[in-house]
Amino acid sequence: MTIEIIALYAVSVCLILGALFTLVGAIGLLKFNDSLTRLHAPTKVGTIGVGALLLASIIYNGVFNDGAIQELLIMAFLFVTAPISANFIAKVNIHKRACDKPPELPRQEQWSTYDVPASDNDALVEEPSERG
Amino acid sequence: MTLATDIMGYCIILAFVIVGLCQLMAMIRVVIGPNTGDRILALDTMVVNAIGLIVLMGLSQGSRIYFEVSLIIAMLGFVSTVAYARFVLRGDIIE
Repeated sequence: MTIEIIALYAVSVCLILGALFTLVGAIGLLKFNDSLTRLHAPTKVGTIGVGALLLASIIYNGVFNDGAIQELLIMAFLFVTAPISANFIAKVNIHKRACDKPPELPRQEQWSTYDVPASDNDALVEEPSERG
Repeated sequence: MTLATDIMGYCIILAFVIVGLCQLMAMIRVVIGPNTGDRILALDTMVVNAIGLIVLMGLSQGSRIYFEVSLIIAMLGFVSTVAYARFVLRGDIIE
């Protein structure tokens, strides 16, 4: 049993693992019944799903070609950007009133996520001609 | 060697089928999504699934050119998700 055969089995296991986690994420995205609950499911796709597929590619190219380091770049980029986009999507859900209201703020302040964009107010009040 | 190669070939085909199925399920969520946030989330998931499909394609063809493609698609997907959410939140992308 040489290193090539072990690498091929490891690639197979990583492929099946990534595909299964991708399937779990997609089923969760389709079956959950609340907007913020749905936000939870596809994180599995972004971390373990694509991560295992990239790990399979790293193992394959590291054994059969001369090593590969670009997959680590993709993995690091996905891991860094996933929380930022999730935060933005959660803010969109709050802004669109698709979930429970956050608690009231003291001193007549308002959550900034609920603010109507200034350009919308401008469009209602005055002619949009000066904006070009 | 040949048995392991066959098993990896079947695993690649199975992973192609499953990830393509997930792409279709995310597309269903894009169509039926009741809110804007669900549609943005489903489009983001479709981008991540597309990265997985491209990685699988590079693995099945033994080519190295697909990693730059998937890196560029990852960057474009993040920027488009943030731009769409930003447009919904602020009415403008770059203020």
